[in-house]
Amino acid sequence: MASSIRVRATSNGDITEVQALIQHPMDTGLVKDSKGEVIPAHFIQQLKFECNGKDVFIADWGTAVSKDPYVKFSFKGAKKGDELKISWTDNKGGSDTTTAKIA
Amino acid sequence: MKARIHLLLGSLSAALIAFTLTSPRVIAADKVDPVTDAKAFQNFFFQKFPNVKHEDFVNGPYSMNEDMKRQWQEKEEFPPYEFALDAGKEMFATPFKNGKTYADCFPNGGIGIRQNYPYFDTKEGKVVTLELALNRCREANGEAPYSYVKDEMASLTAYMAYTSRGKPMDIKIPDDPRALAAFENGKRYFYTRRGQMNFSCASCHVQSPGERIRAEILAPALGILNAMPIYRSEWSGMGTTSRRFVTCNSQTRAVPLEPQADEYRDVEYFLSYVANGLPISGPGARP
Amino acid sequence: MTTTTGPHPTRRLILQGAASVALLGLGNLPFGAISALAAANDKYPDEAFKLKNEADAIKALYGKTVEPSDKVKLDAPEIAENGGVVPISVTTTLDKVTSISFFVAENPFALAASYKIPDGTLPSIANRLKMAKTTNVTAIVEADGKLYSATKEVKVTVGGCGG
Repeated sequence: MASSIRVRATSNGDITEVQALIQHPMDTGLVKDSKGEVIPAHFIQQLKFECNGKDVFIADWGTAVSKDPYVKFSFKGAKKGDELKISWTDNKGGSDTTTAKIA
Repeated sequence: MKARIHLLLGSLSAALIAFTLTSPRVIAADKVDPVTDAKAFQNFFFQKFPNVKHEDFVNGPYSMNEDMKRQWQEKEEFPPYEFALDAGKEMFATPFKNGKTYADCFPNGGIGIRQNYPYFDTKEGKVVTLELALNRCREANGEAPYSYVKDEMASLTAYMAYTSRGKPMDIKIPDDPRALAAFENGKRYFYTRRGQMNFSCASCHVQSPGERIRAEILAPALGILNAMPIYRSEWSGMGTTSRRFVTCNSQTRAVPLEPQADEYRDVEYFLSYVANGLPISGPGARP
Repeated sequence: MTTTTGPHPTRRLILQGAASVALLGLGNLPFGAISALAAANDKYPDEAFKLKNEADAIKALYGKTVEPSDKVKLDAPEIAENGGVVPISVTTTLDKVTSISFFVAENPFALAASYKIPDGTLPSIANRLKMAKTTNVTAIVEADGKLYSATKEVKVTVGGCGG
């Protein structure tokens, strides 16, 4: 299966802009399904970006982050071709990891 | 107002105009004339919204409201249909059990052809939509058909639309009375009021685009199918043209037809034909 | 993927509102991921995410007071096109920023997201949040150990018709 993580990381001189979209239901635990049963909470709790052995961004998320979450940030100190490692863990113990080259 | 009346009267007024020009082609007021209809349809929207660029109508409600347009542009930085698009691309390239692929079923290997659908199949004597053609392709290759409304079907059409982005809609109506009848039938379906709320498709999407119905901004009918399939935030997911028709009917408390019923195929034919010349913008993102 | 044509999750969230809040405790039970994270120093602030009230959540997350600042620029739509997906971004000219958090006052749980900003990362974030109804959204920037905020109201209206 394809990765749950889509990343675009583009270098613009000293600054690298990162956009990520992650496929995840981000269920709040407040919603019922068509049979009237509560869909248990299922959401990403932590999302990490590492570059050159250093954390460059850490997101702690609750259930109010939209389904298929999106985040955008920028950091300094990387260059084109460097690898960005992205990983997430959710409240049910699920996780995924991917790497992307900075373009 | 004048333009609206003109549009609502449809072919009658078209015939009247032709009459005043003493055209020799005028035979009866109910003659089916898609070329004139399409022109009147487009002019209605162009005159009603003089500030909207013609090619922008395919962006639906976002062409009508600045605040929403900004939210949309932010969404488009990493659009929510991205996953469906990737899935569709992969599915499209994956062979069936018999070794053939979707590409074998379509002209040009299925790439860059969205703007030619739906088309009138002179052998069958009916309109064939892209969604129908995809399921027929599956069945011809021994695969079970997909649901018409979402998931796989939306992913496949998302990919096919994506490869056709920017190409002008190019629907042909052959010189065949059955094709003209299908167009006319689709037009009739579009303008007929139905359901508990007594709305036609046109009540919202011709008379009131850009206005709010409850919280939402109505999309213009012109070019509405050019953006299909769409990721709707309201659905938290993708939906096809079939899904759009079904929900439109149920929201006005009418009884929806089965996806790919003849009437839906015909209304897709009508709506696509009158959007000829406007670019394919699918897959789209909508509120 | 929940792509049925039936009532969509966002609207259900709103209709059920506070009545279902008590149910959330159930969904939060599994702690496998949390205990794994606890070993690291970037611990997930589990308690803060469970608090309903904004002031309580701020206290649990930071334990200090907040002052409004015009150096925190919060960008949010006036009217959300859909409460399920509201684009929110923040940027600041403050120095020494170490974290940025988003609170949605009227949500069942006020804390929506909290971002750690390591040295070298710019204090500028865009994300998409859910909002149960018309609400104030607050961004809190932690800079040089102090908290600065900006707040904006977002109108959330969910219709059941057309689009």
